[in-house]
Amino acid sequence: MTANGWFQICFFFALVLICAKPLGLYMARVFERERTFADVVFRPIERLIYRLTGVDETHEMRWTEYAVVMLLFSLVTLLATYAIERLQHALPLNPQHLANVAPDLALNTAVSFTTNTNWQSYTPEATMSYLTQMLTLAYHNFFSAAVGIALAVALIRGISRRESKTLGNFWVDTTRASLWVLLPGCLIYALLLVSQGVVQNFRPYDQAKLVQAQTVTTTGTDGKTTTQTVTTQSIAQGPAASQEAIKMLGTNGGGFFNANSAHPFENPTPLSNLMEMFSIFLIPAALTVTLGRMTKAPKHGWAVFAAMAVLFFVGVAVAYYAEAQPNPLLHSVNQHVTATQAGGNMEGKEVRFGIANSALFATVTTDASCGAVNSMHDSFMPLGGLVPLVNIMLGEVIFGGVGAGLYGMLIFVVLAVFIAGLMVGRTPEYLGKKIESYDVKMAMLYVLIFPLSILGFSAVSLMMPQLGLSSLANGGPHGLSEILYAYTSATGNNGSAFMGLNANTHWYNLSLSAAMLVGRFLMIVPMLAIAGNLAGKKLVPPSQGTFPVHTPLFTVLLVGVILIVGALTFFPALSLGPILEHLLMHAGTSF
Amino acid sequence: MRRNLITALLYTVVTTVIFGLVYPFVVTGLAQVLFHDKANGQLIEQNGQLIGSRIIGQPFTAAGYFRSRPSAAGNGYDASNSGGSNYAPTSKKLIDRVAGDVAGLQPEHPNTTIPIDLVTASASGLDPDISPAAAEFQVERVAHERHLSEDAVRKLVSQHTEGRQLGFLGEPRVNVLLLNLDLDRLTASK
Repeated sequence: MTANGWFQICFFFALVLICAKPLGLYMARVFERERTFADVVFRPIERLIYRLTGVDETHEMRWTEYAVVMLLFSLVTLLATYAIERLQHALPLNPQHLANVAPDLALNTAVSFTTNTNWQSYTPEATMSYLTQMLTLAYHNFFSAAVGIALAVALIRGISRRESKTLGNFWVDTTRASLWVLLPGCLIYALLLVSQGVVQNFRPYDQAKLVQAQTVTTTGTDGKTTTQTVTTQSIAQGPAASQEAIKMLGTNGGGFFNANSAHPFENPTPLSNLMEMFSIFLIPAALTVTLGRMTKAPKHGWAVFAAMAVLFFVGVAVAYYAEAQPNPLLHSVNQHVTATQAGGNMEGKEVRFGIANSALFATVTTDASCGAVNSMHDSFMPLGGLVPLVNIMLGEVIFGGVGAGLYGMLIFVVLAVFIAGLMVGRTPEYLGKKIESYDVKMAMLYVLIFPLSILGFSAVSLMMPQLGLSSLANGGPHGLSEILYAYTSATGNNGSAFMGLNANTHWYNLSLSAAMLVGRFLMIVPMLAIAGNLAGKKLVPPSQGTFPVHTPLFTVLLVGVILIVGALTFFPALSLGPILEHLLMHAGTSF
Repeated sequence: MRRNLITALLYTVVTTVIFGLVYPFVVTGLAQVLFHDKANGQLIEQNGQLIGSRIIGQPFTAAGYFRSRPSAAGNGYDASNSGGSNYAPTSKKLIDRVAGDVAGLQPEHPNTTIPIDLVTASASGLDPDISPAAAEFQVERVAHERHLSEDAVRKLVSQHTEGRQLGFLGEPRVNVLLLNLDLDRLTASK
């Protein structure tokens, strides 16, 4: 670890901290329908959208209607994506003449992008046409994010409203999130990315003549080796910057290219790398300020922010430390940090990012439900890879996905308040609302569905050598980590992967689709139920027995609840995966 | 329910036009005007022939060139099939590959350990850079092969060494393709 590395990490976080407040206050104005400077541009477009689609913007929805409309919209966009993938060969903007996507892969991808997961069982530059990427994948990047923000706003309204039956209008919240927040941000951001070298064009792939021709020896499936001379390099192109912007700002994470944000065309410079990490955390961090503003408890918003910040710094410290260590199994190589090399575990990392930025990116992308990667998590040291895995297992509440992180965190807040209430023997209250058995039941449902999907699917995959184990790229405990990571990432709607696992099989495409749907929609419904229930409650004035939710004590309790729930659920599985691998590696064992 | 379904259908169509078509076309138009070279991938031409992109690495194995890092993209530096090796740190395949590359490089400097980035595969398989340490390790061999003085080669390397962006971001690095192209020019002009 170096001082410069830590400086970069702290600089990144300071940027997030500075920008969270103005954006958070702006979003509060947007969703409370107050005037903003952007109204001149977006209000006419908003009106036009409502007129064309028949939305009554004054209509208020109960939680059930909000949920049903959200599900209907998700279903329609999911099917549209599936259809376009299956038909892409006949559609325009496909200069490479890529074939229609296979049914199971098309389904997996449609589910993946609808649920804000962006799990990718495919190599984008060899599978998806430019039109498919723009019209369906980038589109979902906008709308799965906008839906996430809308849901978080609905929950905030549930907390702040009293004796109300409704939570707002799904269409209005989604439209305002996408027009006022995501679109202007992405327009500027995409151009900044291009200025650093992210490509944005519709060229067919360029064929470059290699400076030095290569002799390549490949071994076929029949065991025969063939030698060929490679003289050209086919360079994949495309409208990457426009998609990259919303991929990061909407915490989606689905790469335009297979190597994701490690690809020089997706993340060319250290500055573009900083922008990408910043844009992952920006909206989730700002939403804590929005929470404080809309519930008229700004200090509570910052207490939640503080809990997230504590968990972030613990994660990045562990990941950075682990990755800066030399791999004890490699010999005759210089893995030390010097002025002229980053050192550490460089397998699966880019020279321009080095160790600090790779460890930071991995932490940020899994704290949030982004899932973009600028280094390959599969090649991380065992404890370095443990951090992304644990971040997702904690529920992606460390800033988290846009919207999803906040509502996930608020579920833990409900639990923390409940536990505090049990400890002092009073009825728990949260911002003037009594937390009763219905709320806690729904919160527990939310918390339990998550590990059930992860551990259930992982267990089934581990028991099936043909379907589950044959996809593994690495042996020993690392193999368990690969499967565990896949279902954790899918259920958590993260989308990053231990990419060695070959997930483009019928079993993984279908079971991961199921995990993604469970992780998104089965968790949203109990969350909205809590929102609807809270909205209907009376406000009780704070008494001596009220546990304040804006103090450092509350932050500590919240962090404690998150860690205890996560550790109790997942420690046994983790001890057989990354932790065991760490011990074996230092004992000199390889697989 | 039926009304909501119709709204969902119409909403999908209308917003797809705005966010799926208008937005990327507007960005493309602006990018092509404002940053034409970068938006198209910073391509390099030599005598009318496209020979690569400034920010996409290429494989170099000849002794007279600076070597790039090992690549797991396709058969190596396949820019239409990017990706890493995804070998675990405890993987035998990783240990064997590194040992093989070490055996190939070690004779150049029997008493120096090899900079780690020179024998590890990058995340993209297209990493255009090596560390300054990895470049310095190869200076002696390249100078010898090209009958150039070590100082001349070292000077070229330092010209191609890019420091941290804005003074503190990222890591110092050397772009291998650009370095090797200039090396060819230097040799040709002699």
